[in-house]
Amino acid sequence: MTGSPPRTNNGAAAALLRAHRFRAIELIPWILAIAVYFLFPGYRLLATQILVLILFAISLDLIVGYAGIVSLGHAAFFGTGAYTAALLADAGWQEPISALALGAVTAGLLGWVSGWIILRTRELTLLMLTMALGIILYELAKDLDDITGGFDGINFENSAILGLFPFDVLYYTTNYWYAFAFLVLGFLVARTVVYAPFGRSLVGIRENVRRMHAIGTPVQQRMRHVYVIAAMIAGVAGAIWVQVQGNITIGVYEFEMSGNILIMLILGGTGRLYGAFVGVTVFTILENLTETVLGTDPPYWELVVGVALIVTVLFAPRGLLGVFDPLIRRFRERTP
Amino acid sequence: MLKHTTGLILAGAVAFAAAAEAREIKVGFIAPKSGGAAQLGDQMEKGARLYMKLHAKELGGDTIKLIVRDSKRPGGPIAKAAAQELIAREKVEILGGVIFSPNAMSIAPLATAGKMPFVIMNAGTAFITNMSPNIVRVSFTMWQAGYIMGEHAAKEMGCKTAISGYTNYPPGKDSVAAFARGFEGAGGKVIDSIPMGGPREAPDFTPFFQRVKDKKPGCFYVFVPAGNHAAGVAKTYQALGMRKAGVKLVGPGDITQDTQLQGMGKAAVGVITAHHYHADLATPVNQAFVKAWKAAYGAKSTPDFVGVGGYDGMAAVYHIIKSAKGGKITAAGAIAALKGWKHNSPRGPIMIDPETREIVQNVYVAQVYDDNGTLRQKKLKTFVAVKDKCKELKIGRCGK
Amino acid sequence: MAAAFDIATTILVFGLAYAMLLFIISVGLSITMGLMGFVNLAHGAFAMVGGYITVKLVAPMGVPYLLALVIAFFLVAALGVVMDRLLYRHVYGRPELDQVLFTIGIVFASVAGVSFVWGPDPQNILLPEILLGDIDLGFKNIPIYRAFMIVAGGVIVAALFFGLERTKIGAQVRAAVDNRRMAESCGIPTGRLFTIIFALGSGMAALGGGLGIQILGGLKPVFAFEYLVIFLIVVAVGGLGNIRGTFVAALLLGIIDFAGKYFLPEGGGFFIYGVTFIVLLWRPHGLFGKA
Repeated sequence: MTGSPPRTNNGAAAALLRAHRFRAIELIPWILAIAVYFLFPGYRLLATQILVLILFAISLDLIVGYAGIVSLGHAAFFGTGAYTAALLADAGWQEPISALALGAVTAGLLGWVSGWIILRTRELTLLMLTMALGIILYELAKDLDDITGGFDGINFENSAILGLFPFDVLYYTTNYWYAFAFLVLGFLVARTVVYAPFGRSLVGIRENVRRMHAIGTPVQQRMRHVYVIAAMIAGVAGAIWVQVQGNITIGVYEFEMSGNILIMLILGGTGRLYGAFVGVTVFTILENLTETVLGTDPPYWELVVGVALIVTVLFAPRGLLGVFDPLIRRFRERTP
Repeated sequence: MLKHTTGLILAGAVAFAAAAEAREIKVGFIAPKSGGAAQLGDQMEKGARLYMKLHAKELGGDTIKLIVRDSKRPGGPIAKAAAQELIAREKVEILGGVIFSPNAMSIAPLATAGKMPFVIMNAGTAFITNMSPNIVRVSFTMWQAGYIMGEHAAKEMGCKTAISGYTNYPPGKDSVAAFARGFEGAGGKVIDSIPMGGPREAPDFTPFFQRVKDKKPGCFYVFVPAGNHAAGVAKTYQALGMRKAGVKLVGPGDITQDTQLQGMGKAAVGVITAHHYHADLATPVNQAFVKAWKAAYGAKSTPDFVGVGGYDGMAAVYHIIKSAKGGKITAAGAIAALKGWKHNSPRGPIMIDPETREIVQNVYVAQVYDDNGTLRQKKLKTFVAVKDKCKELKIGRCGK
Repeated sequence: MAAAFDIATTILVFGLAYAMLLFIISVGLSITMGLMGFVNLAHGAFAMVGGYITVKLVAPMGVPYLLALVIAFFLVAALGVVMDRLLYRHVYGRPELDQVLFTIGIVFASVAGVSFVWGPDPQNILLPEILLGDIDLGFKNIPIYRAFMIVAGGVIVAALFFGLERTKIGAQVRAAVDNRRMAESCGIPTGRLFTIIFALGSGMAALGGGLGIQILGGLKPVFAFEYLVIFLIVVAVGGLGNIRGTFVAALLLGIIDFAGKYFLPEGGGFFIYGVTFIVLLWRPHGLFGKA
């Protein structure tokens, strides 16, 4: 992605290419992620969970932020990927990467089928349909608890990654890098999708459906495709979520999972991929560390999270990352 | 003589060393402190802290630092991350607490890998103790009360048929399976078994109870998790006029949990339960315990079985620390000390089964009565030293 | 035959009582979403606060239950006005996702606030004896409380329809829902109308919270989260901003939920979501929604 862009007089194309080019500033989250591993070994499971949730939020950003499909049932795909990986391991298929790939496939299939049915609707209706789908799967997993372990869940083990790096159940060493690697991979996929003409047409659909219809874009098909891609990435995230922890419960299908990930994404800022990094990290830290920092009994993490959300909407309307927009614009104006 | 003197000097030296190195032992305590089950975590922590307060001087200068972490939701991940942090960052020496079974299950591998004694003070799904050799449970298993209630309903209450209704998650399934085995073993027949929603939200029980009423069983065995559900059970039972219709409400003590009892009103009068503890047990140990509780937390506050779980859990923690005699606390040492450990608890004599690391305790059949506007429970029958039937009979995952 | 009739009346009576509760709480949400295009996910928090006020008025203070409900209605309606003027007005007209984040933030804060003020223990309400027995209809006994809920719900529904069809404010509301710009250009003060509607909707939610404690099995700080989903479903199935639609949706979902649990308890939570799924695919704008 380096090197000078091809010479062109087309301003739009140039802007696209410029947006797609990697900038130094984009290294910051990755450097931080690497630093966290060494600085906070005592919070490594939490940090691993954050990495996985970022991947999950990125997949949601593809549909919410770029295609304008607001979903309250994204855990359907997360949970399907998770159960695929967990049940395979429980049945003796302990190789993690193939199980994860199969998780992506099952989640993608679900995305394909459900997208075909529900993407015809919009707004509140779409919201309710995605939610109903998620909850129906939750109820199903709950009732089939002979297989899924239900509410109590199941513990399982995976074999070493590539036969070389066994999972660490105490210090989460391998586990962290496993999640990190797939976050990098998933992020690159999402970034490529977003800046490809396909992704640009999604933004067009989000901004003005009628015009996209008018210029002959197969709107419905584009939406279904991005829905499947998002479902697959969410499935991968779900699979990693349970593999790094060696444990699954029906929590992976829970409504909170869908609701919280949407909240985290909006908090960070939609339609900008990096919003997922900021939103997930801030929310999870407020949720989990408030009690340790404040030391109150009972812990008022809900108050802290609630106030943070309210303040964000009032003062940072485009999500936390949106705060930097004016700064960046000014910077850009100075350096044409 | 010389030998004797050396002994004395040595003993003095040891005592001196111990006094000099009075240390702080960190104990991790994981329980819900927010969310729908916050009152259970609160109750358990109160129990644990009461024990620490009453027995502070027994550790010979050593002190315990209880580090509490909020498990929030019933699922595994938050509790698991908390446990990892407690072990790796806080360097706790003992883990304890845990209201929900899935929390305990997700932590089990950490207890094994971290060589950490793990004292479960509530979570009652039967097979959990099989998941790590470092787990000891001081609370209960669903089988203890359920099985006995089944036998009692068939033998003493004259019920020929029964229906069981349960909150649809593993402890609920455990509980009704235990009831069915006890009830049918004593000649009764369970004619229907009704899942009544999930553990998260207390549902409107009416459709389920109406279905039971229309089928007219002799006894209706209900399991719901401790907390919010119980009041709904008693109220619905009364609102539908089920007692008048000849259906007797029975269950484990979760449906007459002491902290919930007064909120049920007259609806609860006459309900018969089997359980390992209720606050009205007329033993000196329990009466002293209840008195100390009220002195510490106010006259309106009452302990219940969750509080006693925390209290006895802390007794087990003390036993681990004392057994280490100032040395390093290891999982192996702690578990060895607790196997066969006997303790005189507010609930009566308890013991840790040396084979399964599971609690062995009395189970009381009791009935709710109205004592001038205050609801109390009267003990009808005592079953001594009850073991976990699930592991004894090797049922399902208990057999592994 | 007699047995079938018996079961049918059971389902009707209990389903209806539950439906009334769903309607009373959801109708305010439906109007705010339809009229103001405002996604108020904190609606359940108003119901929760109403429930707590009712409990606390009845138990420690000895206020009669019915009076407590009325007081809760007015207090929470006033709270609605304060919230509207103080906080919500900043987010009217903002993108939906902002409204979602904002109101969910209020839910989080309300959960923490309620646990701070009243503690985490579940609250129960000790009703007057007169509401606790059962009532003989000649062929069947039904619990008085359910009958009371049906009657109370019926009265509220009637009052609401009357207010909307026959009063000036009602006409203004209908006009504003149909076409807000046109209404404004006719001189209808939609801003003030919003505040009134918002207060009314919040008060109704509080009433529902107070009425529901007995049948929902207690009140806890997480109430605002737990029942959010079902209220949203009622609104979506009924059609945004449509009171008649909300009522029909509440009836449909209340009765189906009861019947489903009665006949097929193993199905658990499926029914209500299954029905929602089918209805919304069939009529994407809800039963009575306008396209």
